[in-house]
Amino acid sequence: MYRETGGYSALAKARAIEPAAITEMVKRSNLRGLGGAGFPTGMKWSFIPKNHTGPVYLVINADEGEPGTFKDRYLLERDPHALIEGMIIAARAVGCALAFVYIRGEYVQPWRRFSAAVAEAYDAGYLGHGFDVVVHRGAGAYICGEETGLISSLEGRKGWPKLKPPFPAIKGAFGAPTVVNNVETICHLPHIVNRGPEWFAGLGTKTQGGTRLYSVSGRVARPGVYEASVSITLRELIYDLAGGVTGNGRLKAVVPGGSSAAILRADEIDVTMDVDGLRNAGTMAGSAGVIVMDETVSIPEALMVVARFYAHESCGQCTPCRETTGWIYKMSERILEGKGRKQDLDTILDVSRRGTGTTICAFYDGAVGPYISYIEKFRAEFDALVS
Amino acid sequence: MEHTAQTMSAGARFTDAQLAEVRRLQALYPDKRAALLPVLHMAQDTFGYVSLDTEAYVAALFDLSPAHVHEVVTFYTLYFQQPKGRHVVAVCHNLSCHLAGARDVLARLRTHLGIEVGETTDDGRVTLLGVECLCACEEAPVAQLDDRYEGRLTPERAVELVEQLS
Repeated sequence: MYRETGGYSALAKARAIEPAAITEMVKRSNLRGLGGAGFPTGMKWSFIPKNHTGPVYLVINADEGEPGTFKDRYLLERDPHALIEGMIIAARAVGCALAFVYIRGEYVQPWRRFSAAVAEAYDAGYLGHGFDVVVHRGAGAYICGEETGLISSLEGRKGWPKLKPPFPAIKGAFGAPTVVNNVETICHLPHIVNRGPEWFAGLGTKTQGGTRLYSVSGRVARPGVYEASVSITLRELIYDLAGGVTGNGRLKAVVPGGSSAAILRADEIDVTMDVDGLRNAGTMAGSAGVIVMDETVSIPEALMVVARFYAHESCGQCTPCRETTGWIYKMSERILEGKGRKQDLDTILDVSRRGTGTTICAFYDGAVGPYISYIEKFRAEFDALVS
Repeated sequence: MEHTAQTMSAGARFTDAQLAEVRRLQALYPDKRAALLPVLHMAQDTFGYVSLDTEAYVAALFDLSPAHVHEVVTFYTLYFQQPKGRHVVAVCHNLSCHLAGARDVLARLRTHLGIEVGETTDDGRVTLLGVECLCACEEAPVAQLDDRYEGRLTPERAVELVEQLS
């Protein structure tokens, strides 16, 4: 079925192109990583040392866990061969003979479906012959979605992130140069090879090419996965694609890129969803997980829910993150129970800012996104609870 | 590995076929330690949970210290260190599910089963958990019943599904 609709047709073209030229092609396409960080994919590949003689690994991050995001689950279950074809192309570009697909432990059905597709690809001769794929199951830990935490976990350790440098491209999985790419990022490659990088770049903005998959949930009429240009606005996504706001029908706030992205108010949704568009709006595109809240939603309650998440998922390695996420969760809970102290709100803002940039990975900076934005943008609601 | 022999429980042994599978998994990676998570999944599926004895047994299969395996087992949420129910019902309580009524679903299940979150029913049938984002927010509220996801839950539907578990 995948082949009937043009699947695996990019492979012959990719094999006719020099590996370095594939990387150049991906650079020209303006493809950016779609797992959360938005780093230019071609540039990431180009960091693999050119004269390296040992193994180079490709690791696919299928440890989807960012709250509000579910697009990679759709790809693993419904378009697994697109990922395999993209991996074969990426592997040629970076000189990789062995790749790993790290799938979150809870995704049992996607893991089975994708593993079956890998077996099919071996039977059809697309895999083997110098490129092998190992499907790996995680065991439940959000931090393993962070690329160095993922590498630690893949290596059979607890999923603690590693200090950078060295970056994974220099010293990654098993000590070898490693490219870690998100599932969706890789699924774009066959189309870039088939239709050309200019076509892909033209679908997006000046600094980010293509379409991407938006996971839309919360108080909308039609929650689901939507593919659209990265230049779509948040308003179009909510009202045109997802059918508008439910609850009392009036928008209050939106999480635009997974729970680690700062929240936007209803008057801030005329913003394009590309990496730079949302960065300029003071938030981030992240994983494109959009969570919509209508006016009946309590923001202090939402803060408690996300604070509980960050407290639970902090890996415990860095003190500011380990201590502060638990502390802020406790404060958010007592605020909600009407037992908050007046200074709690400023304490949350203060410790959030002090911890920013002091930790090994981006987890804590991600947690700070909601902590600060929920309180600053909806201060009156919080003040009413602590007065 | 003397300590392994001393602390191993009598039951915690893989069959020969499983040991062959362990070796196959270990050979997939440049370093056999990378097969630790998959083998721990196997151990839990076989023995029901991962006891200290099982940790020591698995450690010996990898030439790792039991401390390393313990560190790994305790880090991840999907490994149970205590016996769990025959079924695990994990209700997502993150933001999208919260907005869709996950709290009511959990409350009803607690009352219905007569247990708190994190506990197992006396008959050993169900362990109830509240978990972070299962990444199926389009079907919120969602729960994972053993291997499968069930979405668009109401308290009534959740009870119905739990009652279908034997």
